[in-house]
Amino acid sequence: MKFIGHLDIMRYFQKVMRRADVDIRYSGGFSPHQIMSFAAPLGVGLLSNGEYLDIEVDSTGSSAEMVRRMNAAMSEGMEVVSFRRLDDSAKSAMSLVAAADYVLAFRPGKEPEDIEAFFRAMADFYAQPQIPVTKKTKSGEKEMDLKPLIYRLERVWAVPYGDGPEVPPAEAKTTISETAGTQTQEPESTDMRLQKPEAAVAQTQAQTDAAAETAESERTQTHGAMKQQKALRVVRSGAVTEPADAVWMQVCTGSTDNVKPELVMEALYDFMGRPLPPFTFQTEREEVYADAGREGSGEGRNLVPLEALGEDIEQTDHYQA
Amino acid sequence: MRKLALSDEILLSVQQPARYIGGEINMAIKDPDLVDIRFCMCFPDVYEIGMSHLGIQILYDMFNGRDDVYCERVYSPWTDMDRLLREKNIPLFALESQDPVKDFDFLGITLQYEMCYTNVLQILDLSQIPLHAADRSEDDPIVIGGGPCAYNPEPLAPFFDIFYIGEGETVYGQLFDAYKANKSRGGSRKDFLEAAAGIPGLYVPAFYDVTYGEDGTIADFKPNNPCAPETVTKELVVHMDDAWYIEKPLVPFIKVTQDRVVLEIQRGCIRGCRFCQAGTIYRPLREHSLEYLKDYAVKMLKSTGHEEISLSSLSSSDYSKLPELISFLLEEVKGKGINISLPSLRIDAFSLDVMSKVQDVKKSSLTFAPEAGSQRLRDVINKGLTEEAILSGARDAFLGGWSRVKLYFMLGQPTETEEDMKGIAYLSEKVAETFYDLPVEQRQKRVQIVASSSFFVPKPFTPFQWAKQCTKEEFLRRAWLVRDTFGQMKNARSLKYNYHEADLSVLEGVLARGDRRVAPVIEEAYRRGAMFDSWGERFDNELWMAAFDACGVDPDFYTVRDRDLDEKLPWDFIDAGVSKEFLKREWKRATEETVTPNCRQGCAGCGARVFGGGVCFENQN
Repeated sequence: MKFIGHLDIMRYFQKVMRRADVDIRYSGGFSPHQIMSFAAPLGVGLLSNGEYLDIEVDSTGSSAEMVRRMNAAMSEGMEVVSFRRLDDSAKSAMSLVAAADYVLAFRPGKEPEDIEAFFRAMADFYAQPQIPVTKKTKSGEKEMDLKPLIYRLERVWAVPYGDGPEVPPAEAKTTISETAGTQTQEPESTDMRLQKPEAAVAQTQAQTDAAAETAESERTQTHGAMKQQKALRVVRSGAVTEPADAVWMQVCTGSTDNVKPELVMEALYDFMGRPLPPFTFQTEREEVYADAGREGSGEGRNLVPLEALGEDIEQTDHYQA
Repeated sequence: MRKLALSDEILLSVQQPARYIGGEINMAIKDPDLVDIRFCMCFPDVYEIGMSHLGIQILYDMFNGRDDVYCERVYSPWTDMDRLLREKNIPLFALESQDPVKDFDFLGITLQYEMCYTNVLQILDLSQIPLHAADRSEDDPIVIGGGPCAYNPEPLAPFFDIFYIGEGETVYGQLFDAYKANKSRGGSRKDFLEAAAGIPGLYVPAFYDVTYGEDGTIADFKPNNPCAPETVTKELVVHMDDAWYIEKPLVPFIKVTQDRVVLEIQRGCIRGCRFCQAGTIYRPLREHSLEYLKDYAVKMLKSTGHEEISLSSLSSSDYSKLPELISFLLEEVKGKGINISLPSLRIDAFSLDVMSKVQDVKKSSLTFAPEAGSQRLRDVINKGLTEEAILSGARDAFLGGWSRVKLYFMLGQPTETEEDMKGIAYLSEKVAETFYDLPVEQRQKRVQIVASSSFFVPKPFTPFQWAKQCTKEEFLRRAWLVRDTFGQMKNARSLKYNYHEADLSVLEGVLARGDRRVAPVIEEAYRRGAMFDSWGERFDNELWMAAFDACGVDPDFYTVRDRDLDEKLPWDFIDAGVSKEFLKREWKRATEETVTPNCRQGCAGCGARVFGGGVCFENQN
C-alpha cells in the first residue's frame, strides 16, 4: 500500500465506505461526494501505523462492528484499528494535526559502515542550538530553523511486528541526546478532550502494512529519559523486517510547519558532510498528534494522539441529518 | 505479506508503481502449487487501459472459478519500467503471485485493436519467451490470442501457438481439460496443439500453409496437419443469461480509464452499419434478461464500492427492456452518491428525459454519430440516422438546457464525394442554426458544437472488406477540405472540427487486412523501437515505413489496392456466421445507395441465424 498515492488512498476509502455500507453523509449537487477528510497526507513510499480520517455519518454501528465491517472490505496491508465518535463541534483532524512520530530504518544493504559514528553524529547534530535548512516551497526556497520543529530525535532498537524478542541486545544500548524526552506528555496521563455521545462524526484510524496492536507501552517504557545515559528504547515498527538500530523522531506536522522526515535526514547528512544516498531509509509514520496544550494558556506542547480525541461507540446509533 | 517481484528502489523510481504490485480488491488468491494450470491473462497495453477491459475480467473470474486453474494478469509495462526490466534483466511477472510469466502454462493475450501488435512482442520479449511459436520449447507457455483482431490473426500468426476465434466463455474449459489430459499422458507440446486444433473455434496457425500467386494474392491456404479443420467456426454464447458473469470485479487502487461497474446488457447489434466489424462478428444480437441485469447491477455495486455504473453494449437504445432497467437503477442508486452512465444512447425524448435525471445538463454534452455528412453517404454505409432525427433530437435537447454537442464522422468511406465531405460542416452548421433559431429565453446563451472525424479503415468480415482505403495524402486532403468548409459557415465561432492522425489509420489498415507476410514488418518495427503505437505521442510513422522497406513489403498492397470479389482473403478460413454471400450482397447494395432494414425490422439473411439464438429467434416459438 505504500506505493499508492494520497489521492488514490482517498478514492480507495470512498469505495471502502460503500462496500462496508457505512452510512456516510454526502454533499449535495449533481455529483455528490462523501464527507471525508484525512488528517495528514502520507507520501508515496512511506509506511504508516497511524493514519486518521474523519467522516460524517447519519447512523453507525458500534465501534467494534464498524471496524469489523470496514476490514471485511479492506485489501491486504490496510487495516482499520479504531472507529471513534467525535462531537459535532469537533475540529477536523486535519486542522488539529500538530506532530507526528516516525521510525526510519536503514534498508538492507544501506546501513552506514560505522553505525556508532552515525548515531554519535546524529546526537551532535541534534545538540546544535540551531539547525538552519533551506526548504523548497511552491514559491521558491525558504530559509528556516529546523531545531524547534524537531521535538525528539533518538536512536531506537526497532523490532518488526508480531512475535519475537523485544529486549534489545546489549550493543543496542546507546547514548541519547540531553534534550530528548522532556517535552512530550504521554497519552496515559493526558487530560483528553472527550466528546459527548450525541456526536455525529466518526473518526477512524487506519493502519497500513502493520499488525493490529500498537505497541504503545514499548514506545513509552523509557519515558522520563535519562541524561547522557544508555537508553533501552524498543519500538515496534513495520519499517524493519529484522530487529535493527533505527532513527526515531517526533516532528512538527501540519499546515504551517510541516516537517517531513527526509528533510531532517538531509540536514543530518549535510551536517555529516555528505549527501543522503537515495533509498537509504524505509520510513514508517507511527503516530499523529494534536496539541491539547496550546489553547488559551500559552503553555508548552501537550501532544495527544488523534485517537484519544474520541470515544468508543458501544451500540448502534442514528443521528439527525 | 505478498512478496513483490521488484525492489522499492525500482518501484519508487517509475510512474504509478501500483501498476506492478497487484493486490487489488477482489484479486484471486490461490496457492500456485495446488493447481494444475497456471494461466496468465494479458492485455497488451498499459495497466490503466487493460484493467478497464470487461472481457478479461469475465474470463479471469471464470477461470478462477475452476479449482484446477489459477488465472493471473499482466499488462504492458510502461516505457520507464520497460527500460528498467531490460537493464536489470528481470523477467516480466504476473501481478498476483509476482512469478515470471515464462513459468506459466498459458499466456493469453487479448487483441482489441491492431495498434497493440508491437506491444504483444514486448510482452513476449520481456517475459523471455521466444517471439516465434516455432522456437518455443516444451517449457515455454502456450501463447494464445483472442479478441476481435483474432478474426484476422494472420499478421500475428508466427507469434502465437493458438488463436481463439469468438467469445471466450465457451471452450476454454475443453482446452484446459485437453491440456491436463495431455500432461498426464506425458504428451508433447505438439500433441497438445493437435488436440487443441480439434476443439471448435481454435486455430493453430502452424498447422496451415499459405501460398501466394504471381499477383501477390493468396493462391492457396490449407491445413498441413490432419488434426486441423479447413474452416474454423467462431464460438459464441447462445443464451447470455447462462454465460459466466462477474459478481466481484477487480477494483484497482489507481484511477483507470473505466473506473466504474460495467454492466453488459446485450451482445451484438441489429443495425448492420457496413463499416462496422463489431456489428458483424458479434451477430446475432443477444440480450440479457432484465432480472439478470438487476441482480448483477446490485451485486457488482456492492462488491466494488464504485461510484458509477455504466451500461455496456454496441447500441444501448436497442435493448428491449431499457426503460425498465433504467428506472430500476435510478431507484437503486438514490441517495447513495452513485452515477449512472449511459453511453451509445440514441438521442430522443426518452433518452433526454433519462439523461436529465442522471447528469448535470449544463455540464454534459450530447453525442450523435452520423458517421457521414450527407444522407446519400449515410445510405451507402447503412447508418439509419437521418438529418431530421438529429435536428429534432438536438432541438429537444437545447430546450432541455443542453448546449454542447459532439458529432462523430468518418472520412474516406467508399463512394465519398466532395459534397459528402462538405456535408460534415453543413450538418454541424444546421445543428447550430437549430439552436439559434430557438427564442433566447428558451435556451442557453451559446452553443458549442464539436465535430470530429476519424479516417475509414476497412475491416475483415464487413461489407467494406473489399474497399480501397485512401492514402495518407488523400485522407488529409479530405480533412482539410472539411476544415475549410467549416471556416465558411455562418456560425463558425460555435463550431469546432478535429480530425485524427492519418498515417496511423493507414498503418491500421495494413495490419487489419494483412496476411502472414506482414508479420516480419511488425517484428522489424518492434526491433527498431515501436511500442505503444496506439498512443499518439509514441507513434513513429517513419520507423514503421523503414520497417516496411527493410522487409520489402509494400503497404499499398494491403490498403489502396482494388480487391476482386473472388480474391482469397487471408481470413476466409474463418466462419464468423455471417456469410460471404451476404457481405457481397451488402457491398453491392452499398454502391446502389440502398439501405438494408435492421434485424428487428426484417431478417436480411446474413447467416448468423445458424447459431440458433438471439434476435433471429425472438418472438418465435
